[in-house]
Amino acid sequence: MKFLEEIGSYLIMMRHAFSKPEKAAMYSKETFRQMKDIGIGSLSIVAIISTFIGAVTAVQFSYQLKSIGLVPMWWMGSIVRKGLILELAPTITSLLLAGKVGSNIATELGSMRISEQIDAYEIMGVNTRSYLVGPKILAAIVVVPMLIVIAVALGILGGWAGGVLGHFFSTAEYIRGLQDNMKNWDVVVMFIKCLFFAFIIASIPCYKGYTVSGGALEIGKASTQAVVLSSIMLVIVNFFIAFFLLGAE
Amino acid sequence: MIEIKNIKKSFGEQQVLKGISATFMEGRCNLIIGKSGSGKTVTLKTMVGLVEPDEGDVLYDGRSFTKMNFKERKSIRREIGMLFQGGALFDSLTVEENIRFPLDMFTTMSIEEKTEQVNICLKRVNMVNTNMKYPGELSGGMKKRVGIARAIVLNPKYLFCDEPNSGLDPKTSIVIDELIQHITEEYQMTTVINTHDMNSVMGIGDHVVFLHEGLKYWEGNHKEIMQITGGELFDFIFASDFLKDLRRNAKVN
Repeated sequence: MKFLEEIGSYLIMMRHAFSKPEKAAMYSKETFRQMKDIGIGSLSIVAIISTFIGAVTAVQFSYQLKSIGLVPMWWMGSIVRKGLILELAPTITSLLLAGKVGSNIATELGSMRISEQIDAYEIMGVNTRSYLVGPKILAAIVVVPMLIVIAVALGILGGWAGGVLGHFFSTAEYIRGLQDNMKNWDVVVMFIKCLFFAFIIASIPCYKGYTVSGGALEIGKASTQAVVLSSIMLVIVNFFIAFFLLGAE
Repeated sequence: MIEIKNIKKSFGEQQVLKGISATFMEGRCNLIIGKSGSGKTVTLKTMVGLVEPDEGDVLYDGRSFTKMNFKERKSIRREIGMLFQGGALFDSLTVEENIRFPLDMFTTMSIEEKTEQVNICLKRVNMVNTNMKYPGELSGGMKKRVGIARAIVLNPKYLFCDEPNSGLDPKTSIVIDELIQHITEEYQMTTVINTHDMNSVMGIGDHVVFLHEGLKYWEGNHKEIMQITGGELFDFIFASDFLKDLRRNAKVN
C-alpha cells in the first residue's frame, strides 16, 4: 500500500514539476546552472571510465576471438562500436551518473528541506516542485545524452588504444571494423535509452530528496535509497527498451 | 491585521492545536509564546500555509487564506515575509542574490533598481558590503539579519519570525529584537513572532499570546504578563529560581 502511495506521490510531483513556470528567465537560469553541475561536473569521470571500458572490451573480446581463431580481427572495431553504442556507454555511464548526480541531487534537496530553504521558497509563492525539480530533470535530459555520446567516442578511442597496444589488431583493421555494418537504428536506440535514463537519474533522487523529513541521518538514507532505486530502475528499463526495440528489429 | 479562528490540527492520533483563536494587530510585534511542544510552530506554519489546518480559518485583513487555492494564495504570499529559525538562506546564492531573489522572481524592476533595493535592505539591517558573501561565510546573527533583509525586500504587510533568537548570544538577540521592532513600526507591518525567549517578551511584546498544550491559555501585553501570580504561564515565565528571586526582590523594593 505504501509502495502505491509513493508511486502516486512521485507522479503528482512530476506533474507539478512541469507546470507553467512563474518566470521563464529564472527557470532557464536554474536549468543552465544544473546543466553545468551535471555536465561539467561529471565529464572527467565519464571520460576516464568510458575510455577504459572501451579498452578492456577490445582486449577481452580480442583475447577470446583469437583463441577461437575463426573470426577475423577487423571485426573488433564493429564489436566495440556496437557494444558501446547499444549497451556499455548508455548503461555504465547512467549507472555512474545515478551514483554521482543522483546522490548529489537527493542530498541537495534533502538539505534544503531540512534547513527550511524549500519552505522559504514556498512562503514567497514559488512553486518549488516546478522551480527546484523541473530544471534538474530538464538539465539531465539535455546533458546526459551529450555525456553518453562523449562516452561512446572515448570508448571507441580506448578500444583502439587497448587493441593496438596489445597487438591484437592494427589501426587499419580497427577502422575497417568501425565502418562495417553501421546501422542508424543502433544510434536511435541509444538516444531513446539516454532520454529514459536521464529522466530516471534526475527524477527519482529529486523525489527522494524533496520528500525527506527528519535530520541529517534521513538525508543520508534518502540519498542511498535514491541511488539504489534509480540503479534498479535503470537496469529494468534498459532490458525493456532492448527487448522491445531490438527484439522488433 | 491577521485573525486565526478556531484552528485545529492533528498529526496522526496526536492533536497539536485544539481550537486556537487570536487576533494579531497591525504595526505591532505580536508574540506567540509557550513551552516546547505547545503548538507555537504549528500555529505559525498554519498561518503562512505551510501546514493545512483540519478546521478553522486564517484571515488576512478579512481575506480567508485557508479557503484559497494555490493561485489565489500567491497574491497574499507576496505580502508575507518570513524569517526562519536558521535563516533558511539559499546556500548556493550570495547574500545579494538571496535578497534579490524575490525581486527577480516577482517584479519587472531593472537590475539597477533591484541592486538599489537590495542595498537599502542591507543597510537597514546593518549588513553593508556583504553582498558577495555566501551564507556559509556568515555568523548566526548575520544570517538572521540577511534573512530579515530578504523578508522585507518586497515591502511586505505581514512579517513572521520563527524563533528569531534561537542560537544567538543575549546581546545579538537584543539587536535582532530591536531590528524587528523598528522595522515593524517603520513599515507598519503586522509582525507575528514565535519565541520562548522572555527577553523578547519583555522587550518587544506589544501583544502576547501564550499557548499551552494546543490551546490559547492567556493573552495580554508585556506589562500585564508581570502581574501573573500563578498557573502555567507563571511557571513558564519564572521557570528558574533565579527569576523567582528577582521578582520577589523587585516586589520587596
